[in-house]
Amino acid sequence: MKLPSTRILLLLATVVTLGIFTGIGVFTFGYGGGLSYLSNDPAACANCHIMNDHYDSWQASSHKHVATCNDCHLSHHPIGKWIVKADNGFFHSLAFTTGDFHEPIQIKPRNSRVTQNACLYCHGDFVHNMLPQEPRGDMLQCVHCHQQVGHNQR
Amino acid sequence: MTTPASRRSPLLIGAVFVATMIATVVVIFILVRMFEHRQDARSRFMRTVELTEVSTDPRPWGLNWPHHYDQYLLTAGDKFYGGSEALPESKLEIQPWLKRLYAGYAFSIDYREARGHAYMLYDQLVTERVHQRPQAGACLHCHASTSVLYRKVGLEALGEPAEAADLAAAFNMPAVIRGFQALSRQPYHDVLAQLTQMPDGTPKGDSDQPVFPAPPLEGFEDRQSQFGDRDPHQFDMSQAHPVSCIDCHDPETMALRVTRPGFVLAMQGLAESDDPLPHMPSLARWRAGDRKTPYDPNTMASRQEMRSFTCGQCHVEYYCATGDVLVYPWDNGLKVEQMEAFWDERQFPDGSEFHDYVHAETGAKVFKAQHPEFELWSQGVHARAGVSCADCHMPYERQGAMKLSNHNVRSPMLNVNNACQICHNVAEQELRDRVLTIQNRTVEMRERAGVAMTEMLDDIVLTQAAGITPEQLQNVFELQRKAMWRLDFISSENSRGFHADQEAARILAESIDFSRQAQIEAIRLRQDAP
Repeated sequence: MKLPSTRILLLLATVVTLGIFTGIGVFTFGYGGGLSYLSNDPAACANCHIMNDHYDSWQASSHKHVATCNDCHLSHHPIGKWIVKADNGFFHSLAFTTGDFHEPIQIKPRNSRVTQNACLYCHGDFVHNMLPQEPRGDMLQCVHCHQQVGHNQR
Repeated sequence: MTTPASRRSPLLIGAVFVATMIATVVVIFILVRMFEHRQDARSRFMRTVELTEVSTDPRPWGLNWPHHYDQYLLTAGDKFYGGSEALPESKLEIQPWLKRLYAGYAFSIDYREARGHAYMLYDQLVTERVHQRPQAGACLHCHASTSVLYRKVGLEALGEPAEAADLAAAFNMPAVIRGFQALSRQPYHDVLAQLTQMPDGTPKGDSDQPVFPAPPLEGFEDRQSQFGDRDPHQFDMSQAHPVSCIDCHDPETMALRVTRPGFVLAMQGLAESDDPLPHMPSLARWRAGDRKTPYDPNTMASRQEMRSFTCGQCHVEYYCATGDVLVYPWDNGLKVEQMEAFWDERQFPDGSEFHDYVHAETGAKVFKAQHPEFELWSQGVHARAGVSCADCHMPYERQGAMKLSNHNVRSPMLNVNNACQICHNVAEQELRDRVLTIQNRTVEMRERAGVAMTEMLDDIVLTQAAGITPEQLQNVFELQRKAMWRLDFISSENSRGFHADQEAARILAESIDFSRQAQIEAIRLRQDAP
């Protein structure tokens, strides 16, 4: 019987290693509730318990019956929505895995703009008198005053 | 020349192998972190020690809840500072008018800036107020963990068994109240001696050092002993603790609770009053009910209310001396004039007119305001918005996946990020400036009220020297009492007006007005005299 060549052995080892990696990867994805992140379920946002308080207080908030996390924290553009989701998904995971983040957690300017646009997506008709004349003009954030509408930490 | 494919492919396979290995390490790292975080979130604590109703020593609690315990220890600062040199600055030196305000009262001897919770028992033992003047056991109601002693004395008074097992079994509020009433008027050092005989949940002996040191038995250099004229060695200070875990937490469930009889009784009276108190919804619910059982914070208040009530057990106005049992003046409500009316209507058990002290310069019977933080907070915008004491003084923070209320109780100005910025999305410096503006304005007005008060005293003394009798001065004394009560109320309160800035300004304005009215009246009496 002819022994398999070194090349075949190496190939076999690589395939097995790749298989183990894929297995661990799939398990980790499942364990971490990876698929839930593709959904619109607010509970998914509290998968990592840093959002527990936000999730709990959202349950009691005035917006619970009309808006989920994604309605206010993602763009309403069909493609932009996935970009924002990927952006936050990556950086939230990175921060929470390494433990390197500011507490209490703070919203980033670009996410703040997303939320402001989300307010206007629904309430724009009502507040258009207060909006700037220029498309990207300076305006006050709705949540500067109405900070409790989504989730009130206290 | 090109490398033949047969030579290139092992390299490629090797590169894939290494890349896969690195990726696997990353994925496993993520997996393990996720697992750790989930474990954190699941097991909030590990109960390694059983606690009972005699566990006044905080040390075993610290084995179960190390994070909270570490923060509790931090109320001493970076380390425990003892000795007469370590005592904080004297307020009497900074505000000399305080000596005249308190003339004839122990606070004119020694009155200092406050220190953290860790020092409450130590500083009470070494203050000249306790050292030079006989004080009541009621002082220990708040400065020590006293519920075990109260329960023992109460059970004995009720004729029930009071052995170690009975003391540990249940809190027994009726017995605790009974014991408190029995001990309140007894001499301070008698009650302290009994307190140091109580079990504290840890075995006595050389290994049982108190968490926070007691003052030296032989006293400081400039003073003989901290323990009155008694033999200091009969006080086993390893058994006495400043307010500790058990005073705000149920040892079985860790639920927040109030344990101080003075507070429990006062809340019953407050519930019966018609003061609106919108920040205490459980009172409104009780008032709307059948009122068959007295109001009980431990069973009726929400958790958010309890986050203030636990502090309100002690950071309040009260009478605390030998003339009567310790009492909080809340039967009419929590506003300054409602409490004043309570004292006005009150009599000592012997039927004589109630007063805290006789003012040494004028002879007027006056009231001493203690530290009405809970009452002033109740008049402020934060209380009205549902913000509790603990929200700012023990703000929530995170350790791992665990959310905890910071047990290093301190000024929110030392922790603006967690204390204020959770609600106020404003820069830290801006928030500091806002607080300082309120406090500086209050201090300015307080000093002005201090000047008005001293000028009032000057003129009353002159009028008395001109031969005007105390009977003729009755109305002046009345005004003097009102002026001094209001000034003391804001000056003794520990927020420099921040807890309710408009209310603080109103009270000081009234104080100035009453001082000047008294002064004018005194001058008029002097000028009208023959």
